[in-house]
Amino acid sequence: MLEHLIPVLAGTLGAATPLIFAGLGELVAERTGVINLGVEGMMLIGAIAGFAAAADSGGGALAGLPAGAVAGMLAALVFAVLSLSMAANQAACGLALTIFGVGLSAFIGQHYVSFSLPGLQPLDIPGLVDIPVIGRILFHQDPVTYLGLITFVIVWWVLRKTRLGLLLKAVGEAPDAAHAIGYPVIAIRYGATLFGGAMAGIAGAYLSTVYTPLWVQNMVAGRGWIAIALVVFATWNPTRLLLGAWLFGGVTILQFHAQGLGIALPVQFLAALPYLATVVVLVLISRDKRLLQLNLPASLGKPWMP
Amino acid sequence: MSIPPPPFSGPPTGMPRLELSGITKRYPSVVANDGINLKVGPGEIHAVLGENGAGKSTLMKIIYGAVQADAGQIQWNGREVVVANPAEARRLGIGMVFQHFSLFETLSVVENIALALDEPFDLKALAIRVKEVSTRYGLPLDPDRLVHSLSVGERQRVEIVRCLLQQPQLLILDEPTSVLTPQAVQKLFETLRRLAAEGVSILYISHKLHEIQSLCHSATVMRGGKVTGTATPSRETPASLARMMIGRELPVCEVPAYTGIATPALTVNRLSLVPDDPFGTRLQDIELEVHRGEILGIAGISGNGQAELLAALSGETTGAAEAVKLVGLPVGHLDAGRRRKHGLAFVPEERLGRGAVPSMSLADNATLTAQRQGLVKKGFLRPKAAWDFAKRCIERFDVRCGGPGAAARSLSGGNLQKFIVGREIMQQPIAMVVAQPTWGVDVGAAAFLRQTLIDLSRQGVAILVISEELEELFEICDRIAVLAEGRLGPAVPKAETNAEKIGMQMSGLFAPADKEPAHAAA
Repeated sequence: MLEHLIPVLAGTLGAATPLIFAGLGELVAERTGVINLGVEGMMLIGAIAGFAAAADSGGGALAGLPAGAVAGMLAALVFAVLSLSMAANQAACGLALTIFGVGLSAFIGQHYVSFSLPGLQPLDIPGLVDIPVIGRILFHQDPVTYLGLITFVIVWWVLRKTRLGLLLKAVGEAPDAAHAIGYPVIAIRYGATLFGGAMAGIAGAYLSTVYTPLWVQNMVAGRGWIAIALVVFATWNPTRLLLGAWLFGGVTILQFHAQGLGIALPVQFLAALPYLATVVVLVLISRDKRLLQLNLPASLGKPWMP
Repeated sequence: MSIPPPPFSGPPTGMPRLELSGITKRYPSVVANDGINLKVGPGEIHAVLGENGAGKSTLMKIIYGAVQADAGQIQWNGREVVVANPAEARRLGIGMVFQHFSLFETLSVVENIALALDEPFDLKALAIRVKEVSTRYGLPLDPDRLVHSLSVGERQRVEIVRCLLQQPQLLILDEPTSVLTPQAVQKLFETLRRLAAEGVSILYISHKLHEIQSLCHSATVMRGGKVTGTATPSRETPASLARMMIGRELPVCEVPAYTGIATPALTVNRLSLVPDDPFGTRLQDIELEVHRGEILGIAGISGNGQAELLAALSGETTGAAEAVKLVGLPVGHLDAGRRRKHGLAFVPEERLGRGAVPSMSLADNATLTAQRQGLVKKGFLRPKAAWDFAKRCIERFDVRCGGPGAAARSLSGGNLQKFIVGREIMQQPIAMVVAQPTWGVDVGAAAFLRQTLIDLSRQGVAILVISEELEELFEICDRIAVLAEGRLGPAVPKAETNAEKIGMQMSGLFAPADKEPAHAAA
């Protein structure tokens, strides 16, 4: 039993990594009142940029991730100029960005179909990896997965413990009041949106250069949407987001194993299972209306001009 | 109310701390400030007196940098300055307590305060200082509570404490006492006098004449965007100040005797309620009886169960059927709509968002509660009937607006309140519950609303008024009870009590049966 469980749990962490990055980025943006529905698009742009950089420079994932971050950030910049500086409808801009990202990544990706990359070897944390069971689950992962967890801790800490975190929340709560006290609301929203873009770009680049290091068109496969759903169902709480991402990762890996074991369920159903399970479970645990109301950034999605 | 004489120290000498000359601000439809001159010296408490819409708030926003003037100069400590934004104002040493609070609902008190301070981020240390300052100045606050769970009065305390922590040279207070007990007002005045003695200049915006007379060294009176006079308040009478402020005599309410038969119309029986909101107040054994032909006032600082009691009366919270009775009919289990059907009218504290939908026209807003007046037929709206209803309401209650099609949010506070109260009156209720009837309403409209309520009661309607303004309660009510910490004191005829006694009860000290309270320690 344990022999089966350890690879499942170990795989869970990796499968959850793109959602952790993209979800944390979106969470920060939404905290300031910006809902960017372009996560899927930004992930795809990050994925192809990362893949291209990794393949062309020969630098592998180490070159891919920064390239993905920059590309995601540029995509978010387009969104920010439209929706923040010009106060266009955020939902429309985000959807447009996603459609654009799907097309652009497919277009550039034509050159890279059937390319594959070396990927990243798991990094064993000395000492810790020798702990029975837990060691092989937690401390035998690729470096980016550790980076995702570190990012989680940083975001959690900033939101929870620092003035910046408070300010992000304040801007999302009442931009008018923040402006009245004298904070640059638009600049703060720009910052948060660009951070969201960079995180989505890293998530995409991780998918294309580390998780499955070969180029497949539309390889993000809806994870961007799941990331957005996670943020809402996690009631803008990073810890809940992390748990949601692990749940998604866990079911993803489980259904692979189920396919391998030849369980008599249609493959399409199994492939849909992680999405289904994540949404159902999160809806169930986030039924607490008070929690939603208390945490919902009051200005979410509303254009604001000084 | 006995008020100590002002510690008048004569006109300030030397360089003024703040000097405005020729400040002008035009909006598309109105000149909000027209060539305003104003001078405040160090340690001077300077009143800015005027009705709503006189341009006081715009002027204060210009000083605070939230609005830029079209013309005019601001001299700060003898130096000409451009106050580009509020952060700049705070750097100069200008603090402001806003009339419409600038707080973040989902953050705690201490987090709200931290955001406005330019100092290292340390919530724990700040919480201790908040507690200190709030206790010293008689403005009790729990630093860890979330702002959305605070009452209007408590939110104002947060604003005041936030300003005091910035150690300003000039403090602007916009109607700060409307939500304080008489004792707390005295304590605040002591604080302000102490701050003034320490050299802090204070701009005190108010329409309460006796407060200005007791507190302020000098006054600038505004009307219609212009300065109509300057005065030394202690040498004026309330009547002469009022004339400068509104251009005519201060209106006084007439309170005729009720000639009908005073039978109970609205009864509350052993109402106890545990609130859903973890920060709410528990109501304990509330008993009250409002008779036809009278106005019963409930005094108390909001946050003592006012919101919960209002919800229980209006039907937003339902409970045991027998707990609330309307002319003997148990309605405690009915929702708000059904209670309306039985003749209960309700005017909530929040005009925009609860009393009316801000973006909807007055006609549509009329339909929301007055649907039973023939505005809806077989489930279909009758827009013409709603339009006529709104029009009659506008005419009868002197609502100044652009007609029944005007959006609720385009009306001033006073006019919207007249419309909402009028809409309820036109449904010919048996009993009416009104919360803070004149909060943020100008003197003229407030007098009109008060007289309207008195007249309505004399027609045989039972009226319950929940208000934080004691003066108002003494003016219009026949009996007054105090709600403190979720308990309701006995309703006492107005003639048998006074502001001091009521104020004492507001702090939570109910006099035992027939004895005076022995001491007033908190």
